[in-house]
Amino acid sequence: MTEQASGSHHPQPRARTAAPAAPAERMTGAQALIRSLEAVGVDTVFGIPGGAILPAYDPLMDSSKVRHVLVRHEQGAGHAATGYAQATGRVGVCMATSGPGATNLVTPIADAHMDSVPIVAITGQVASKSIGTDAFQEADICGITMPITKHNFLITNPDDIPHTIAEAFHIAATGRPGPVLVDIAKDALQNQTTFSWPPQQDLPGYRPVTKPHAKQIREAARLINEARRPVFYVGGGVLKAGATGELKILAELTGAPVTTTLMALGAFPDSHPQHVGMPGMHGDVSAVTALQKSDLIVALGARFDDRVTGRLDTFAPHAKIVHADIDPAEISKNRVADVPIVGDAREVLADLIVAVQADHDAGHKGDYTEWWNHLNFWRNTYPLGYDVPEDGSLAPQQVIERIGKLAPEGTLFAAGVGQHQMWAAQFIKYEQPGTWFNSGGAGTMGYAVPAAMGAKAGRPDATVWAIDGDGCFQMTNQELVTCALNNIPIKVAVINNGALGMVRQWQNLFYGERFSNTVLHDGAEHVPGSTQGVGSITNRGTRVPDFVKLADAMGCVGLRCESADDLDKVIEEANAINDRPVVVDFIVHEDAMVWPMVAAGTSNDEIMAARDVRPDFSDDLDD
Amino acid sequence: MSKHTLSVLVENKPGVLARITALFSRRGFNIDSLAVGTTEHPDISRITIVVNVIDELPLEQVTKQLNKLVNVLKIVELDPAAAVARELVLVKVRADNETRSQIVEIVQLFRAKTVDVSPEAVTIEATGSADKLEAMLKMLEPFGIKELVQSGTIAIGRGARSITDRSLRALDRSA
Repeated sequence: MTEQASGSHHPQPRARTAAPAAPAERMTGAQALIRSLEAVGVDTVFGIPGGAILPAYDPLMDSSKVRHVLVRHEQGAGHAATGYAQATGRVGVCMATSGPGATNLVTPIADAHMDSVPIVAITGQVASKSIGTDAFQEADICGITMPITKHNFLITNPDDIPHTIAEAFHIAATGRPGPVLVDIAKDALQNQTTFSWPPQQDLPGYRPVTKPHAKQIREAARLINEARRPVFYVGGGVLKAGATGELKILAELTGAPVTTTLMALGAFPDSHPQHVGMPGMHGDVSAVTALQKSDLIVALGARFDDRVTGRLDTFAPHAKIVHADIDPAEISKNRVADVPIVGDAREVLADLIVAVQADHDAGHKGDYTEWWNHLNFWRNTYPLGYDVPEDGSLAPQQVIERIGKLAPEGTLFAAGVGQHQMWAAQFIKYEQPGTWFNSGGAGTMGYAVPAAMGAKAGRPDATVWAIDGDGCFQMTNQELVTCALNNIPIKVAVINNGALGMVRQWQNLFYGERFSNTVLHDGAEHVPGSTQGVGSITNRGTRVPDFVKLADAMGCVGLRCESADDLDKVIEEANAINDRPVVVDFIVHEDAMVWPMVAAGTSNDEIMAARDVRPDFSDDLDD
Repeated sequence: MSKHTLSVLVENKPGVLARITALFSRRGFNIDSLAVGTTEHPDISRITIVVNVIDELPLEQVTKQLNKLVNVLKIVELDPAAAVARELVLVKVRADNETRSQIVEIVQLFRAKTVDVSPEAVTIEATGSADKLEAMLKMLEPFGIKELVQSGTIAIGRGARSITDRSLRALDRSA
């Protein structure tokens, strides 16, 4: 097992190892850039040209290997690169010009940084002699992105282009993946250089540790077998390491429950009997409680985010912590680890399987029967659910659930941020790794459409559904034009409740139902402070803009669904269209809330299964 | 509250110092003192950072975050008992014919140097540990300190071992 799994499986640009050394050729820096991108295996770049990056776009036009997708806003390029990377496991690439082009990439770069997504952003910079003079379209993008990139580079000499591109892709894809920005001065693109591949990489300070320490692995195995109430807390790192096969083997070997975070949905089949759900603010009661009442948490590629732990000092008070992560800085950052393990999740899991099996062979195997009695009680007593409106209007949860049920095998789902995101996490069942993408750490509204575009560009054979809200959709829907013109037929479900639903939910619960600026559908007639229009049938859903007409105007098919009776029919209709992007405007009732919920800053012990319903926690476990 | 001295070996490249100081401020740390210079290897710079921390955990966090910076080669926390730490001060003290000799006496006492004399002032150069310099400045204060400039602390471990050795080897391998 160890031998089999010892090769680290990181998202790798495809051709890095295969490229043979070729004799040096004379060319411009721009040509060297495009040749370098081809050599690292880039097949798709999302971007928009402009003054400073223009030299790079000239040779790009002649490349037969790199397809450039001309987006409508650089933010779309960044999220598309992220979606591409998440769907393919390869490094996503976006390109922009200097100044505003580059600053428009800031949000998607920050997003990719929070969610550890390997992307490389290439930006043009003003000519090296003009740097620092406040030249036209100058922005210090390296300075701006310093805290939100894994690393960034400024190139002023064309000779540095090939090795820097190689280094950027290496840094983005290895260790804990993340965004890398390469800023290239215009004269470096224009001037002559020599090109040879592969270049010599020079990264003496970059040495990610992938091989876990054997002693810590043995200690972790011992704790797993001694524990009475263990739980696996699986994060996005397991997906990024391609370790889902190993996870399943270890889970079944131990018989312990598994929770998968928002970033890890699909890492362990939702239908598996040992899967107790998603933890966190809107997680399953069974998953939140499993962590809370456990005596051992085995964290794998997860980072004890505040949305998972709730109030940190009351999180899982009886649990010992085994924390395995490729990033040493995550270990003991929020919760002190009793057994810290630095390593690639796949290698950690492979070694753990061997160590746990060895303990079993020596007669030490954990007995979790009593624990499962509790877990099953919580799971059966507090399943996810929702109310179907009596007036025949659509419940948003029902819409999302049906989309999940009717989606073809292997469909990829991308969500925006808000209520619809949580419902998409809760009510679509994820059985395969790499089928769910969302903006987890940054919480970027507007992520869904461009990320779905990137995913579809990288996996053209897969059906891609974007689950979006009417608020999110209005932030980035222009990329549907890109999709329509570039044969990227994604499907978008606009869960249209006419409001910024998640914010409205908080206003509902914590701000005395004062809906300040969360109503999207009654702008002009809106009387300050009033909730006029809210809840009335005629005003239900955002109607300005008319999303069906908007879809039509953007070269997509626009459909609308307003009643439960039509739901399946409309979804099937959308599923049948594969030559153009489809937008379905689902008008849903606006008072639906996401449950369960742990209010921000409170303890996970305070989880509410539904409004005013606090679960029975079997408090006798608090020994 | 305790003081910690970190020696950070970095690649000698533009922007590296900014990356390091930005990381400290982003993670909520106040840098007590900072000194940068090249080492015996021209490709490596050494940054000595003194930080005040309330408990040990966040220092561990900031050390780990520093280690993740691609340009950082190595970080060593110097144990005060096994290291020599020095600062340099240049101080301009008000002096006249009456007080000048008293000031010079203090300078000799602290094995400092007078580097400039004018009718109204004496400029003193002193190196030493932070404690020694503080004591000297306390003695000089009554005369009137017109201007004071202090370097950051630099520090080096005692004994034959060098913290740059292994980093140099890493650098050679990659070159």
